[in-house]
Amino acid sequence: MNEFETNEQPRTETYVLNMGPQHPSTHGVLRVELELDGERVIKVRPIMGYLHRGIEKLMESRTYFQCSPYTDRLDYISSMNNNYGYCKAVEELCGIEPPPRANYIRAICAELNRLSSHMVYIGSLANDVGAVTGMLYTFRDREDILDIFDLLCGARQTCNYIRIGGVAQDIPAGFDEKVRKFLDRVPDFLKEYSDLLESNEIFQIRLKDVSVMTAQEAMDCGMTGPNLRATGVPFDVRKVDGYGAYPDFDFDVPTGEHGDNWDRYEVRYKEMFESAKIIRQALDGMPEGDYMAKVPKMLRPPKGEVFSRTEGTRGELGFYIVSDGTNKPYRVHIRRPSFVSMQGLNPMCRGGLIGDAIAAFASIDPLMGEVDC
Amino acid sequence: MEVVDIVPPVLKNNVAVTTIDKLFKWARGNSIWPLSSGLACCAIEMMSCAAARFDLARFGYEVFRAGPRQSDLLIVAGTLTWKMAPPLVRLYEEMPEPKYVIAMGSCAIGGGPFADSYSVVKGIDEVLPVDVYIPGCPPRPEALIDGMLKLKEKIMHPERVAESRKQFVRSIDVEKIEEANA
Repeated sequence: MNEFETNEQPRTETYVLNMGPQHPSTHGVLRVELELDGERVIKVRPIMGYLHRGIEKLMESRTYFQCSPYTDRLDYISSMNNNYGYCKAVEELCGIEPPPRANYIRAICAELNRLSSHMVYIGSLANDVGAVTGMLYTFRDREDILDIFDLLCGARQTCNYIRIGGVAQDIPAGFDEKVRKFLDRVPDFLKEYSDLLESNEIFQIRLKDVSVMTAQEAMDCGMTGPNLRATGVPFDVRKVDGYGAYPDFDFDVPTGEHGDNWDRYEVRYKEMFESAKIIRQALDGMPEGDYMAKVPKMLRPPKGEVFSRTEGTRGELGFYIVSDGTNKPYRVHIRRPSFVSMQGLNPMCRGGLIGDAIAAFASIDPLMGEVDC
Repeated sequence: MEVVDIVPPVLKNNVAVTTIDKLFKWARGNSIWPLSSGLACCAIEMMSCAAARFDLARFGYEVFRAGPRQSDLLIVAGTLTWKMAPPLVRLYEEMPEPKYVIAMGSCAIGGGPFADSYSVVKGIDEVLPVDVYIPGCPPRPEALIDGMLKLKEKIMHPERVAESRKQFVRSIDVEKIEEANA
């Protein structure tokens, strides 16, 4: 008697699908083990370490100044934010106070970089859900920001412009006009993105009410930044800590409601307007004075430890530095927001379809350089 | 006697004569299909290069393929770690001949700023035969375009590729690394 005659349900098993490390949607070299029941995802297990370069260990054998270029290569799309986080931590460790002009320049750089990073986010999200054109539009406008960085420090991507005590050099001639010209264009091209993507029905269906995460789940996973704000928690380190020049600026913290893919996209989209607002205020109120505090050539911070956090592009970026009194850090630990966000992948994708796992993955915006460190 | 001499004088102005070999080289050199395998920072510059401003499509190299079986150029853009080395070598071996490798950025050339790290391969030429090296950290998109044009020259003259291939000896046993990683 075979199983069809007994009227019993045929026995099924789950099976494991391996995605990556070479896959166009993994944003680098991540491997994901998907446990599937037919088309449904039961469990997602990210396997990392394919880009583990040992940055934390390398920093122990470098002086404090030499460490700063390594932070560029952590989150390589928003290097200015990483420089800012590291330099702020070292300054707190040594008790150096950056001059107000430096703080304003830093805020401009960090926000410009946030804009460029969110552009890459929108482009790659669109690409992963099937709209390849989105990437071409966002990368076109991102080049303008990279031109501004090129003018500032001669590098497009790994800037290393923000240094311990201030910034590497004063803003060059023509910087102000160039940034203002760019800011005038911001509403135009953001409208272009929304016309292109948000009005598209396929884009809406792929993102709305897919991979929902509640605020409690997101906080349990330790998620911060736009991913947490999409669930409705208005947590932004720029507001909470008010470091640098940020207390001087008037800006909102956009939040979502449902914590689905759409909200994660929308929060970042609205953040771009806020970033543009901050840059304009910083340009208007740019104080005169030094761009660099007095920093000794050989930096030997006093014995002790410090944990300093900033709002990176992907969330709360923390640097924990232990000093033993020499010119090299004894231990550096970096709290990388993308790494923490990866934990949210499993609760988000559970019960969804395989295709939605790709969209969920793109929507939390992980960057392998930062995940693996 | 040259091939051109076979053409009767009446047709000299209307007919172009070449060898199949030369035609193939010309076609290959002008339509390289790179594998879209980004490892780290340089991958973003590679994407910029393919995007609107730098527009790699001008040269015919824009068809980035997601699978190794359809591509003939492996751009190693970024830091190669020991954990990633076996998958990358497998990707290279899955690509059909003729195939070429570009080492993009200082990490791929010699480990770059991570050369003294415990987990980084000090240059991809320990595991793969490299045709073109592009320095920079990361190289600008113009540099990548220049590197690909250099590769085009090399494809047009495959005897040079064969020469460099002969010199390549894989100094590291990838299978052993794979076993160690497992």
